[in-house]
Amino acid sequence: MDISFSLGPYNTLVVRLGGDWNIAHGPLSAEDVQKKIVSTPHLAKVAVDGGGLGAWDSSLLTFLIKLKHVCSQRSIILSCESLPRGAARLLDLASAVREDVDAHKKSGRAPFLSRVGEATLEAVKSAGEMLSFIGEAFLAFIKLLRGKARFRRCDLTLLIQECGAQALPIVSLVSLLVGLILAFVGAVELKLFGAQIYVADLVGIGMAREMGAMMTAIVMAGRTGAAFAAQLGTMEVNEETDALKTLGISPMEFLVLPRMLALVLMLPLLCLYADLMGILGGGIIGAGLLNISPAQYFHETVSALNLTQFAVGLIKAVVFGVLVALSGCLRGMQCGRSASAVGEAATSAVVTAIVSIIVSDALLTVIFDRIGV
Amino acid sequence: MENHANQTTAHIEVRDLTMAYGSFVIQHDLNFTVKSGDIFIIMGGSGCGKSTLLRGLVGLKEPAKGDVFYDNVSFWDSDPAGKEAIMRRHGVLYQGGALWSSMTLAENVALPLEEYTHLSTAQIKELVSFKLSLVGLAGFEEFYPSEISGGMRKRAGLARAMALDPDILFFDEPSAGLDPISARRLDELILELRDSLGTTVVVVTHDLASIFAIGNNSVFLDGVTRTIIAVGDPNKLLAESKDPRIRAFLTRGEA
Repeated sequence: MDISFSLGPYNTLVVRLGGDWNIAHGPLSAEDVQKKIVSTPHLAKVAVDGGGLGAWDSSLLTFLIKLKHVCSQRSIILSCESLPRGAARLLDLASAVREDVDAHKKSGRAPFLSRVGEATLEAVKSAGEMLSFIGEAFLAFIKLLRGKARFRRCDLTLLIQECGAQALPIVSLVSLLVGLILAFVGAVELKLFGAQIYVADLVGIGMAREMGAMMTAIVMAGRTGAAFAAQLGTMEVNEETDALKTLGISPMEFLVLPRMLALVLMLPLLCLYADLMGILGGGIIGAGLLNISPAQYFHETVSALNLTQFAVGLIKAVVFGVLVALSGCLRGMQCGRSASAVGEAATSAVVTAIVSIIVSDALLTVIFDRIGV
Repeated sequence: MENHANQTTAHIEVRDLTMAYGSFVIQHDLNFTVKSGDIFIIMGGSGCGKSTLLRGLVGLKEPAKGDVFYDNVSFWDSDPAGKEAIMRRHGVLYQGGALWSSMTLAENVALPLEEYTHLSTAQIKELVSFKLSLVGLAGFEEFYPSEISGGMRKRAGLARAMALDPDILFFDEPSAGLDPISARRLDELILELRDSLGTTVVVVTHDLASIFAIGNNSVFLDGVTRTIIAVGDPNKLLAESKDPRIRAFLTRGEA
């Protein structure tokens, strides 16, 4: 790729192009020519001579288009002679349709205040959408209680299996480890007082009231909430939800309701199971590290726990179940019509679920403390 | 078609319909009538709002203004139960088939029947096999949508759309993504359905071969003026229309 200039008669700048122009070697910058054009006084015409050109590709054309642009700005005539025939035709094709000025998206940053305003309007809109979704879900639930909701029973059983039995392995692992961690943290401190037997109380109450429900909910948010969002989002992309609507079947009843039911039914059960696994984890630390016999550990746990502790955990689990299912389904139903929108829906379902789990847990803990349970 | 006595009754009537996304108007002040037994084509260039208009007709997108009347009953002014009753008489074939991916073909076709009829499982099974055989998919009952080709998915979608023997069938780009022979077969199927069942058919398409082969009435939507610029039999439009936009579209820009 080489280029040379010379000033010809009648204020003409002759640009000679030669050699092979290959995009792999990087397109040649038109800046040199531009500078030359700007610095030459009384320039009337630029003549491109492509006689020495070898192989060429788009790099030549972008160079020529840039050159053309510069010339037309300064109302200088550009004549392209002895260019390869294909290149000349492509150049004509590229300049045949004028640029659509309206087609350009508005770029540049809007002023600060207008961005704040837009963000606020967006937040109000999304809060409204969320409320109307919750309202619709509630109406669907009432329809279910009246026995009028339309969904396939076999879908419900499949979903129950999916978010119940199939979640057992991961819930086992996570809650066993949480029990281990709780016991370990407690053991280090309680050993100082010789009160290591109270590790059983700590783990038992901690798991039953708090950690069992919370850890299960977080696992389910990542596992099932994201899956719900992705499933419903993909159905939205494939127009499957539209197909339901035009059949007169409400997606709320047909898709959202069984998912909510399955999760709300299964989360408390999983939570109870997680409580047990956590206590088992505590027992392992007790027996292995603190020389508490399994029988002793068991008795201490039984004396520390009563039904109220489990009830507190179970109530939380039900609330978390509703939240995980709602956020998964909400984000899935709000999904746009592209593959990346499905990914965003799944991500935002998990984020919404985990934030709402933690916030509601804090609220519930305060409420339970106030009413003294 | 002479054998349809109710040929001249207005089946679908669109009055002053304006479709918009927020403040962005896609198509405004649309007025047209679809007669019973018509194969009605909604045509126009890409992005002119054909599919949006279809969404307004089938009840998926509320219009900004105007209304659609089915047998003189307003659709958008109806209460939810009334809307549902009208929608139940529609069958819609979506662009990609839109089969429910977690169900087999048989379950897909069976769902409308299970929801809206009191037939026994065995009767439903027979009906499902019949509908699938109509679209040339006999024996594919137990296949999932992901296991069959795009053209087959579309035909299965048609079987599902026909499940409840609807009065009106809507097609969104039926020939998109089909090879010429499959597209032709689908056209023949549409004609066959109209002739044998008397179904009214509304087709959104820009496939010229289909437009001339099946359409006996049409509207032409223009993307620049954002409204209807021609109404009538597409073959007549080709022969008689003087409008350069319509001529260019119907002749692939050759005249």
